[in-house]
Amino acid sequence: MSNPSNLRYATTHEWAKQDSDVVTVGVTAFAIEQLTEPTYLELPAVGAALKAGDKFGIIESYKSTSDLYSPVSGTVIERNEPLVDEGKRKGDPKPVNDDAFGAGWMVKIKLAPSATLDHLLTAEQYDQQLASEGH
Amino acid sequence: MSNLRTPLYQWHVDHKARMVPFGGWEMPVQYTGIGPEHKAVRSTAGLFDISHMARVSFRGTDALALLEKVFTNSVATMKDGQVRYGLVCKEDGGILDDILVYRWPYEFAAVINAGNRSKILAWLETQRTGMAVEIQDQTLDTTMIAVQGPKSVALVAGMFADDVSALKYYYAIPSRYKDKPCVVSRTGYTGEDGFEVIVPNALGVTLWEEFIAKGAVPCGLGSRDTLRLEAAMPLYGHELNETIDPIHAGLAWAVKLDKGDFIGRDAIQKATADTTRPVRVGLEIEGKRAAREGCPITDADGTNCGTVTSGSLCPWLDKSLAMGYVNPQFASVGSALDVDVRGTNLPATVVPLPFYKRKK
Repeated sequence: MSNPSNLRYATTHEWAKQDSDVVTVGVTAFAIEQLTEPTYLELPAVGAALKAGDKFGIIESYKSTSDLYSPVSGTVIERNEPLVDEGKRKGDPKPVNDDAFGAGWMVKIKLAPSATLDHLLTAEQYDQQLASEGH
Repeated sequence: MSNLRTPLYQWHVDHKARMVPFGGWEMPVQYTGIGPEHKAVRSTAGLFDISHMARVSFRGTDALALLEKVFTNSVATMKDGQVRYGLVCKEDGGILDDILVYRWPYEFAAVINAGNRSKILAWLETQRTGMAVEIQDQTLDTTMIAVQGPKSVALVAGMFADDVSALKYYYAIPSRYKDKPCVVSRTGYTGEDGFEVIVPNALGVTLWEEFIAKGAVPCGLGSRDTLRLEAAMPLYGHELNETIDPIHAGLAWAVKLDKGDFIGRDAIQKATADTTRPVRVGLEIEGKRAAREGCPITDADGTNCGTVTSGSLCPWLDKSLAMGYVNPQFASVGSALDVDVRGTNLPATVVPLPFYKRKK
């Protein structure tokens, strides 16, 4: 599995993709491989304010339940709605499994003033983290 | 201490299984995914490496007496080739392990949980004092493979020297595979029909690959866990431990109080009259979120009345199901409770066990 070089990474296995002041966030293919296929996803409401490192959601698999952490500070402006359960509508987080870096994106966050992605790992650094963890 | 590896370890790694430590072994948790592997077992046939399960033989004039002493179910009434489930308990009725006992004309055997292998061997060593019985741990010499699912019977056709498809449920037969001795039993831990096969290590990969060539889907411990949960089979360390007695675990059927004395009998007898202790129940949880081990269970007033011991979204029924222990006044079917999942209260209902039962 390769981690795209145009993304930045949190040590907690979320990825962040910047397009001017909007950052798209998801979790890495490595994280999904560890969790096994996702069965349930909980995401923050549009408008939620997050600081880098804040818990922003929950991802569940048949095997485990894990927290998701925001890689950046800002405000949620969009969610990947089809992935999420809401009222009677049952979401399907399958795209997270099939395309973690693409269709499986989770939220778009408008960066807070002066917030950056500088604290996040580059793909190369993230690869090194995985290697040092023995993966 | 490093984990043990089964003779199929390299095969698992070569086929992209994700390996995890389990019960002192390095085992595959999944190959392609827990969901598809689970569904393969329910609809066709799945294959499990269960070589980590401990296999022990008992020989000698006191073999029967020792097993009757440490096992809650009856051994004397077993027929040759029969397999029986039961518990090994302490004097106070606490469960040390749940095991299968096999009766052969020439000896007895037991299959013990991987994580309890050394504990049970030590327990047997203590209990056998003064008895003429030879206990042999054969775990590392043999490979054990389970083929489970509605297609299992068709799959085993012609593979062994004997027609194993004629085996009755919970019976076993010593047979031959590729002209080497093997044991085939009609047993399993998935809620499906199927077989468990023990072969010499040298034939482990051969047998595994023959099953796959015939269409069985390799499955990891992840789906083994969701399958047994759906079938409401207890798992040691979750539904069973040394502080839980067989009666409150819902396993009275595996205890024969009238068979004569055995370790834990008096305590278990007392437990049958104890209506205060929590009992094992099945819970169906609203929505798709899973309850996990340790989640508190509360009544309508928000008062704690139990704890979840296993829970997952179950792939075949596509429901969030859990087992747990609740105070007896909340244990009846239909009882409306809440499960606290990380601070969120999810409505749950007590439902009959098993959640899933295969069509005969």
